[in-house]
Amino acid sequence: MRLILALALTHIRGRGRQTLVAIIGVALGVGFSIAMAALMQGGEDDFVARLVDTMPHVDITDEYRNARRQPAQDAFTAAQIAGLRPKDDRRGILNPTEAVAMLRAWVPGRLALSLKTQGVVRYSGRDVGIAIIGIEPQAEMKVSSLAKDFRQGSFTSLIAGGNNIVVGDRLAQRLGAELGTTVTVVSSTGQSRAFKIVGLFHTGTTARDEGEGYVLLKNAQILSERPNAINEIRLKLDDPNAAPQVARRAEAQLGYKAMAWQEANESLLQALVIRNVIMYTVVGAILLVAGFGIFNIISTITHEKARDIAILKSLGFTETDMRRLFLLEGVALGAGGSLVGWAVGFSLCFALSLVRFELSGAAVTQEITHLPLAWSIWHYLIAAGFALVSAGVAGYLPARQAARLNPVDIIRGAT
Amino acid sequence: MSALIETKGLTRVLPAAVPVTLVEGITLAIGAGEFVAITGPSGSGKSSLLYLLGLLDKPTGGSLAIEGRDIEGLSERERAGIRLATLGFVFQFHFLLPEFTVRENVEIPMRRLGHLGAAAMRERSTELLSALGLADHLDKRPDQLSGGQRQRVAVARSLANDPPLILADEPTGSLDSKNSDQVFAILDALVRERGKTVIAVTHDTEMAAKASRRIHLVDGRLAES
Ligand SMILES: Nc1ncnc2c1ncn2[C@@H]1O[C@H](COP(=O)(O)OP(=O)(O)O)[C@@H](O)[C@H]1O
Ligand SMILES: [Mg+2]
Repeated sequence: MRLILALALTHIRGRGRQTLVAIIGVALGVGFSIAMAALMQGGEDDFVARLVDTMPHVDITDEYRNARRQPAQDAFTAAQIAGLRPKDDRRGILNPTEAVAMLRAWVPGRLALSLKTQGVVRYSGRDVGIAIIGIEPQAEMKVSSLAKDFRQGSFTSLIAGGNNIVVGDRLAQRLGAELGTTVTVVSSTGQSRAFKIVGLFHTGTTARDEGEGYVLLKNAQILSERPNAINEIRLKLDDPNAAPQVARRAEAQLGYKAMAWQEANESLLQALVIRNVIMYTVVGAILLVAGFGIFNIISTITHEKARDIAILKSLGFTETDMRRLFLLEGVALGAGGSLVGWAVGFSLCFALSLVRFELSGAAVTQEITHLPLAWSIWHYLIAAGFALVSAGVAGYLPARQAARLNPVDIIRGAT
Repeated sequence: MSALIETKGLTRVLPAAVPVTLVEGITLAIGAGEFVAITGPSGSGKSSLLYLLGLLDKPTGGSLAIEGRDIEGLSERERAGIRLATLGFVFQFHFLLPEFTVRENVEIPMRRLGHLGAAAMRERSTELLSALGLADHLDKRPDQLSGGQRQRVAVARSLANDPPLILADEPTGSLDSKNSDQVFAILDALVRERGKTVIAVTHDTEMAAKASRRIHLVDGRLAES
């Protein structure tokens, strides 16, 4: 085998410039694949991180997934009931204290209760419909990403008690209100109360900046005339990936619908899968092209070295030896290209990591940002694996032909 | 006496619209220690016969046995094994690998066979090449040598695995008379001193005359010489 390797390397070395071109071809393919994978993966990680950051990991609401089993179904096996709708319990999550205690016992993370209700904010003759969310500020700060999106004031401004509200900056803008303004909040039940704006947040998501108002849980309960009620428990887990299991267990325990962030964003996550499929297709195509370079050089070598093949066969080398020889030449080029490609990929990633740009526009929370790049040994291994396989195939086709070559034809031709 | 190489009605026909008969009905037995010269006019099938005897080509008829072993039905791998260990080839053109040194060329069959360690191979290649007067050229490449020197390297390579049978196709055909004589003397010495069997195709009547046996081919058939 070492002899075959020595022969292979000699052949490759004999074709300096073409070898260089083939290796550069593979290297560029591998390098760009690595950089692309780093960017795509980085973008995905960044996106998921933002998603995971802004959303509750598990959202338990006062809905049921399925219509309740009817007593008749238990009593009679023949009972057929159609057209049932899952109940939307207007009373909210029953026994919230007990439910929370049950969850606290095992959930690895933090949780916050809230009561969400619809209402209208009224100021200087303008009405804007919003979601009024009643919260416990201390618990909320540990669960919500909003805590760091405050422009003015904070959730803590609510703690003091009293009729205070925290709204998005766009809502304030639409109303013509500002910090300290007292606005009127009218709930869907018709209750009306005056609230003073003690905090303004900006998330960058218009739906939230324009459509949410946070008040103390107690105030929301009064507005919606549902004393002691809550209709949402939001969990922030230590490990966001555990959300589906936690959601399943919580739903089994409480009976209420518990939705993991993965479920809530299924279509978005599916889009990411499609993105990955596209990426791997492109990477595969790049390496396929690199494979053609290898095919080209090995074909040339087998034609040019037909005499060597005849000599080696006459000396007692087998067809298998010949196949291995040229296969090895292809793989050697693929391996060389992969190694150089790793360096190219690493340099590209490094260069990309230096790129910084300013995000202009309203969302100036992070003023200077850089490209999200993910570093993973797998990007390097997969790209090299792809390159080696394509090099192997590219080497194998001419190798098979070379092995079949009849030495007599060549020896006669030369004589 | 059991023959080293034995043929019965050996025939090779090239399949084509009009089939071409290269050799036909060759029946021979060649024993150990013979120096056989194959002669005949150009195109009479001397090379074709040698390729058949050397397992580079497959007969279309008749039988061939080497060291008493029938060749028919052997796998490609087994035939390659016989070429590697039992046969040594010398062609009209040296057919050395141009990228390797003289020593490496001689060691390639040894490395493929794998019976010797690196040190032993080195010793053997040095010995073979020195015996052929190439001691000063061990690390040169074939293109740095003269035609006669290259052909001597080819002889050394054919002896690499110490095969009992050497096949030579006009080994002196591309050499001047001085070099021809030298190569012939080497082959002759192999037979006399080392008990090898040499089958050599030659145009050289002088060389043929010195052989222990002559085989004459005309139109692919054995003829009286
Ligand atoms: N592939 C081939 N196609 C047609 N004719 C061939 C082929 N190979 C050899 N021949 C013919 O077979 C005959 C024998 O050739 P060869 O064995 O080389 O003769 P020699 O070595 O005695 O000169 C020649 O006439 C040659 O032209
Ligand atoms: Mg000939």
